[in-house]
Order: sequence, then structure tokens, then C-alpha cells
Amino acid sequence: MTGTPAVSLRDIRKKFGHFEVLKGVSFDAREGDVISILGSSGSGKSTMLRCINMLEAPTSGVVSINGEAIAMKTRYGVSCPANPRQIDRIRSEVATVFQSFNLWSHMTILQNIIEAPVYVQKRPKGECIAEAEALLEKVGVVDKRGAYPSELSGGQQQRVAIARALAQKPKVLLFDEPTSALDPELVGEVLTVMRGLANEGRTMLVVTHEMGFAREVSDRILFLHKGQIEVDGRPDEIFTKGVNAHFDQFTSRVH
Amino acid sequence: MNLHFIWETFLALLTGVPVTLKLATVSVVAGMILALFLAVLRLSRFRLARWAVAAYVFAFRGSPMLVQIFLIYYGLGQFRSTLQALHLWYWFRDPYFCVLLALSLNTAAYGCEIIRGGLQSVSAQQVEAGRACGMSGLLLFRRITLPIAVRNVVPIYGNEIILMVKATSLASTVTIMEITGIAAKLIAETYRAFEVFAAAGAIYLLINFVLMRLIAFVERALSPHLRRSTRPVETIGALAATH
Repeated sequence: MTGTPAVSLRDIRKKFGHFEVLKGVSFDAREGDVISILGSSGSGKSTMLRCINMLEAPTSGVVSINGEAIAMKTRYGVSCPANPRQIDRIRSEVATVFQSFNLWSHMTILQNIIEAPVYVQKRPKGECIAEAEALLEKVGVVDKRGAYPSELSGGQQQRVAIARALAQKPKVLLFDEPTSALDPELVGEVLTVMRGLANEGRTMLVVTHEMGFAREVSDRILFLHKGQIEVDGRPDEIFTKGVNAHFDQFTSRVH
Repeated sequence: MNLHFIWETFLALLTGVPVTLKLATVSVVAGMILALFLAVLRLSRFRLARWAVAAYVFAFRGSPMLVQIFLIYYGLGQFRSTLQALHLWYWFRDPYFCVLLALSLNTAAYGCEIIRGGLQSVSAQQVEAGRACGMSGLLLFRRITLPIAVRNVVPIYGNEIILMVKATSLASTVTIMEITGIAAKLIAETYRAFEVFAAAGAIYLLINFVLMRLIAFVERALSPHLRRSTRPVETIGALAATH
């Protein structure tokens, strides 16, 4: 395929104390890829996602976004990003949707959405508000624009969080278990929005437990087991028995 | 008891209100600015700064404010020649300045701890959401951490402001004619301590009543996200439904 990968991880390792959560993971995500990241809890899937935008700094290895490698340095024996400016710039292009939404409680829904475009990307406020309203329309919560996050249901909050991520006009969208904190009846509305985004051809990396979503929506699935990528392939290739024993075990437990 | 005398006293004491309010306002504002600065240092990664602030807070919280006022006003008078050489004597010979300094330094120590608690209570998730969209440093502090901390802190800081209004009465011990100073003078003239102090107490009560309303108003204005929550109403509805 053509072009540089949107996200590239090379031999990423991450240790918490003596425990090695990631034992050298590598993969490339091309522009437009929708990748689901599966694995049982403790497999390192969330840590891997958080390494992409340096919410966790990898102990070793190289993360590149659109071909630009993130510079690292060692301080007091701990690996960390070398250039905070580079990190801020990359984070503004790689938006994150969190498990527990993490909306800013002191701001209205509209303020939450225009915050990064106005104060980080320094775009004109009027333009940002117009875009924010269009995004709220898209995720179906435009009537809540003046409300505060505490007044919304979990599903609504997560849809707002997705709109907030989209307002950054990101090149890559990261989802860290976006439906795990939701009541079962609210999961559907969030998945519907995510399906829509996948169909628009956005680059998405999704850590999830939703096997249906992973199977039907993603172009590619990564399965992590004990800090290593054990399965990497298209859903139609890997959901047949016998590809990987750990993966078979995992899918039989989740279903 | 003489109602007319109490009323006369009340009017006489009112002339001290501007001084009391000035002492309280200046020291609370100066103390708050200093407190914010100290709290940020207290939470910084510079160990020396953290220790220095901790020592400062320990000293000013651990000793009586009266002693602090005496130390600055009377104690520093001992070093007059040094202060004159530093061109600071003009300030330190003025009891008004000395009291303001003591009050501000004292409230800054308490304020530092209040603000530190407020900053630490900001949820890591909301800060992380800020980082994740490209905020860091001052921008993150100004837009996310501080506004959330301020909302957490208003009721507690309000308490400190009320304490400070009452603490201004200590200024009377170094010749300042605020409410309590005037009261002491009136008692020396009339020997009617009960009426005079009752009137003085009433004035402090009135000031603090207005202040408490003001703080409650600020608290309400800053927390629409809590006030407009529909949850308590739902809870009551749910309770009513089950009974």
C-alpha cells in the first residue's frame, strides 16, 4: 500500500516497576484503517493504546505518527518524551475517547467541544461553535448543548466525548474501551455512532470487548496476550478455530 | 442597660467599619494571591520549594496570629537601623502596614493548604482529557485544573475569609482604631464593657452575615453543573414511588 502509516509502533515495551506489560509490540495502521484491539484484562491493550499519544511513555521502542517519530529521552532513569511541544502537537492530531468519558464537569456540552479547537488549535470561536453544533447534531445530542455533563446519561456523555474528539479534526481516533462503563442498554447508541465514523473512512484504533463491533466493523483485529500481539489479521481470517489457541480461548469466553 | 447608650455606641463603632473592611479585604486578596502561588510551589516537582513552603505553612499556622503581629510590629523595631539602611523603616514603623503584613502572611498559609487540597482533588481523568487534546503547562492549569479546583474550594475558603474578618480585631492591640480598637477606647472612657462589646459583636455579626450570603452566591454561581443536576429530584421521585 502507498503512503506512510498513520500510526506505527516499533518494538514497544512498557514496564511498571518490575512487571513488563508490553513485551515488544509492533504494528502499522494505515490511513483509513479501523483496527479493533482485543485481549483479556491485563493483556496490555489499553497500555498499548495509551502509548500511542504518550499518556503512557513506553520504556523503549519507537512510536511514529504520520511518519514522524516521537522523540524520547531518559530522565532519572525513566523514559519520557523529549519534546513537550511535539507531544502537545501530536495529541491535538490524535484524539482520544476514554472509557469513563472524562468530560469537563465545569463546562457545558458546547464548551467541552469547542475547548480544544479554540484554546489549543487557536481557531476562530464562531467557526468552532458552528462546527460543534454540526457535530452534536451528528451524534444526536444537539438539544443538550447548554447542559452540563452531570445532566446527561452515560451514553449521551460518551457521544459528546466522541463529538469532542472529532472537533479536534484528528487524523487518528483512539477509543479506550468506549462502551465498558455504560449500562448495557446504552451501548448500542455509542456503537452506532462509531460505526458511522468507520464508514466515513476515519482512522480508528479501538480497544474493546464488543466482539460484534470488532467482527463487523473493523478492517483488522489485533489480539494481545500477556503483552504481545499474538493475532493480527482481518476478521474473516481469524474468526476460524485453530488460528491461535489463546485467541480461541478468549473468544469462547467472551461469547 | 441603657438602650440609648448602646445605640450611641453602635454609631460610634460604625466609624471603625471602613478600617476593619480595608484590613480584611487587602489581607484576604493579597493572602489569596500568595496562597495560590505557594500552593503551586507546594505541588511542584522542586523539592526545595516544597520544603520551603511546608516550613512556611508550619510556622504561620502553628503560632498565634497575635504573636505574629507583635513580632513584626514590636520585634522588628529592634532592628530599626538595619531597616533604615534598607529603606524599609518607613513601612515597618507603620502599625497599619505591619498588621496587614501579618494578616496576609497568616491567611496565605491557611489558604495555601486549602488551595492545595482543591488542586489535588481535581480528578486525574479530567486533567488527562486535557492532556489528551494537546494541553499542557499553564494552559492546562488555567483552563482545566484551576477552574475545577476553585469550584471545590469556595465553601472552605469562605470559612477562612470569615475567620479573617474576625482576626482584624487583633489590629486593635497595635493602636489601630478599627471596630475593636474604638470599642476598647469607649470602655476606657465609660467603664461599660458589656454594652460596648455587645454592640461591637453585633457589627461583626452583621458584616459576616452579608459575607456569608455573598460566598453562598458565588458558590451557586460557580456550580450550575451541580445545581441543575436532575438526579436529586429523580431520587426523591424514586423514593416516593416505592412508598
